[in-house]
Amino acid sequence: MPENTPRPSILLEGIDKSFGPVAANRGADLSVTTGEIHALVGENGAGKSTLMRILSGMYAADAGTMEVNGRDVSGWTTAAAIAAGVGMVHQHFMLVPTLTVAENVVLGCELTRGVVLDRVAAEDAVRALSVRTGLNVPPDRLVAELSVGEAQRVEILKTLYRGAKILILDEPTAVLSPPEVQELWQVLRSLRDDGGTIVLITHKLDEVIEVSDTITVMRQGRTVARMATHGATPQAIACAMVGRDVALAGDAEYVRGGSSGQASAVPSVLFEVRDLTVAGARRAAAVDAVSFGIAPGEILGIAGVEGNGQTELVEALAGLRRGTGSIVLAGRELIGASVRERGDAGVSHIPEDRHERGLVLDYSVAENLILGQQHRFVRGATLDTRRVLEHARSLIEAYDIRPTDPELPARALSGGNQQKIVVARELARDFTVLLAAQPTRGVDVGAIEFIHARLREAKAQGKAVLLVSADLAEVLALSDRIAVMYGGRFVAVLPREKASPDIIGPLMTGAERAA
Amino acid sequence: MTSDPTLHPVGEAPSAATTASIEKRASRRIAFEEAVLPPLVALVLAAVVGDVLILSFGQSPSAVYRLLLDGTWGNAYGFGQVLYKATTLTFTGLAVGLSLRAGLFNIGAESQLAAGGFAAAMVGVLLPAGIPALLCLPLYLLAAGFGGGVVGAIPGVLKARFGAHEVIVTIMLNFIVLALLNYLVSAKFHVPDTLHTPELASGALPRLSDFLEPFHGSAANLTILLAIATAIAVGWYLFRTRRGFELRAVGMQPAAAEYAGVSVAGVTWRALAASGAIAGLGGLNYVLGYKHYYEEGFATGAGFLGIAVALVGRGHPIGIVVAALLFATLSQGGLAVNALVPKQMVDVLQAVVILAVATSVPEVRRLLRGARAGASRG
Repeated sequence: MPENTPRPSILLEGIDKSFGPVAANRGADLSVTTGEIHALVGENGAGKSTLMRILSGMYAADAGTMEVNGRDVSGWTTAAAIAAGVGMVHQHFMLVPTLTVAENVVLGCELTRGVVLDRVAAEDAVRALSVRTGLNVPPDRLVAELSVGEAQRVEILKTLYRGAKILILDEPTAVLSPPEVQELWQVLRSLRDDGGTIVLITHKLDEVIEVSDTITVMRQGRTVARMATHGATPQAIACAMVGRDVALAGDAEYVRGGSSGQASAVPSVLFEVRDLTVAGARRAAAVDAVSFGIAPGEILGIAGVEGNGQTELVEALAGLRRGTGSIVLAGRELIGASVRERGDAGVSHIPEDRHERGLVLDYSVAENLILGQQHRFVRGATLDTRRVLEHARSLIEAYDIRPTDPELPARALSGGNQQKIVVARELARDFTVLLAAQPTRGVDVGAIEFIHARLREAKAQGKAVLLVSADLAEVLALSDRIAVMYGGRFVAVLPREKASPDIIGPLMTGAERAA
Repeated sequence: MTSDPTLHPVGEAPSAATTASIEKRASRRIAFEEAVLPPLVALVLAAVVGDVLILSFGQSPSAVYRLLLDGTWGNAYGFGQVLYKATTLTFTGLAVGLSLRAGLFNIGAESQLAAGGFAAAMVGVLLPAGIPALLCLPLYLLAAGFGGGVVGAIPGVLKARFGAHEVIVTIMLNFIVLALLNYLVSAKFHVPDTLHTPELASGALPRLSDFLEPFHGSAANLTILLAIATAIAVGWYLFRTRRGFELRAVGMQPAAAEYAGVSVAGVTWRALAASGAIAGLGGLNYVLGYKHYYEEGFATGAGFLGIAVALVGRGHPIGIVVAALLFATLSQGGLAVNALVPKQMVDVLQAVVILAVATSVPEVRRLLRGARAGASRG
């Protein structure tokens, strides 16, 4: 093993992987040198995790070649990957809470004396590994009693115990507190200095700059950039990640359409949120005392990497999640109101996940077009089928939903047309404020333009619109003001004129905190 | 990735108007195939297993099956017994089916049925004699529905409030409620030297044999009309009313139902209470229509068989009525074929039908999809 000549420890070339109609990887490349910390960055859905699951043998690639330490390993199994020293630490822990740390670490390759598990030997082995790597966890503690950071250390220990020399970590800091993150970096650095190779999947730029040696950027399933961390700027990485050279920002008129006709005078506030706080699963607060107001005819865009509290914010505003603080719509306090009461008070909501929330897939298009307003389409106790169908026919025509049959199940429609059902329903109801979460996710270009036009229409009618999108170009194209959300807070609120990908990108990834 | 068209090769339908009707027909055909094929496959499988079993007893399958049919649908008495058993199974099947539509699994129909029967019997004891049946009927309905409904509401409330799993709670409640009823009957309310309560003072429903002489001796009674009415009511509720629309949404996609302003917790406890009430009404078949008193174990197994009826009937009232007839036929047929083969053979057949349906539902769907995808590719 030549120690000093850097050679690719991992070499992936032209990897394709599709799940049904969705292409997760399209000719993705990755080259990782032995003994480095390699950051694999990109937005959610860029294909990072898929690529790493292919490397660790969980998925088979549709096309492309894969080499580990110079050996062609295309299409290997997880068992072969583990045997070759490739180990993956997943975002979601895979530990048995009722077993001890040592038992979890040796699970699957237990030390035994005869048929009896040798607990002492297991604990000693784990303790020795702990000391050597700096991953300190008491081996005799139950995993159920550990903190999140400790549980993650157990996951890493488990992988190392199986002899991993190439360690893949999928978003390891998503659940860690800042001091725990610092400890993790120390461990990773010492593993690297011992000759280990580390691939770190992340979308947080500060982490990339802090800990990695080399960076590979993925976007839309492709590898779009590879650079040394030394000399790379957060702006350059952010640009490559969001790809402002593609997408909608290339169309200058399209962007201008979003901000034209905006009055510079600040009108009165129609929808006002004060100190809204929502409890999170792990972190103390998923939404942390957020305050903002939206004027009639204004679109407030929220930019941010997913998982920074946008989902919780919108759901708390819609009444789907409990929050504290104050939500006032046209003078009426809504904080304790139910989903239906808020809907009747004028809150319209395009949810981010149409398959889970926005549609009942086995219900017909007509039925989905009244979802949330079913109590208005009744005659006595029964649904008024005739009115439901009339309503459906007029919306199908107005929103060009295809196929045009109102009785088809929503499941039978394409993603773009499914989203049109949701958009049509939410814009056709009587509303004052529209919460639009990822309104164009997973829909084709034609439908995106159409949906954008409808959002602008709502704005022109004097509605207040809150737009949340992972697509920065979309936020920039439509919003009058842009709030950047990071870690459950608004780290910046900028007027459209002052916002650009160069400014917002780093804010989104927490690389810079504006006042 | 949202803005890239190549990621979504499934685009718009080329000419919507023409494809719409084709797709509609296709989707209806799929729905029909998925509803009808699994039970059919299950029946064929049960017949094959039945053949093997019958042959292993050295009998001819055709002779045994003929005997089974002769003893059930072949004569009025046998048919009456089938109708009687199917009546109880329709109630328990509808009860389980309603809970399934709300995404809940009510395993407690067994004790809900008993509680409904017991409550009706108690009302019957308290009523003065000589009141016309039509006047008593609403009281009996209320009592039976309330008895079963309370037993059903307990797991419902525990689930809605504390997230306790309804399967565990309903199973455990079966033991508790049945033991409690046995205690009440044997310690407090039984007629001396028997294990049943006193007969109803008034309001018993006539048997079919009161109008149609050939049914003489069979237990079939007018409760069958109640069963049919209940099936129609459940179907109307599920597929016509707003509440039914919301209940099914909770069963299919609770997150979407919540989004639509439906209280998932509210639907959960109400659906389990209603499910219990429907199972409770099943108790009337025995108490009001057949023996006119409550007796321990008057319909043992009918609650559990209701699960099979609901699964084979695919949670649809029409399917449930058909499945109830099927299982009633098998159960009565077991007695008929006892001369040639042990009647337990029919239990095995029932078990095969249940297993086959339970496993074939997703499996058949997958096979259908595969075949269709293959056809459209080729």
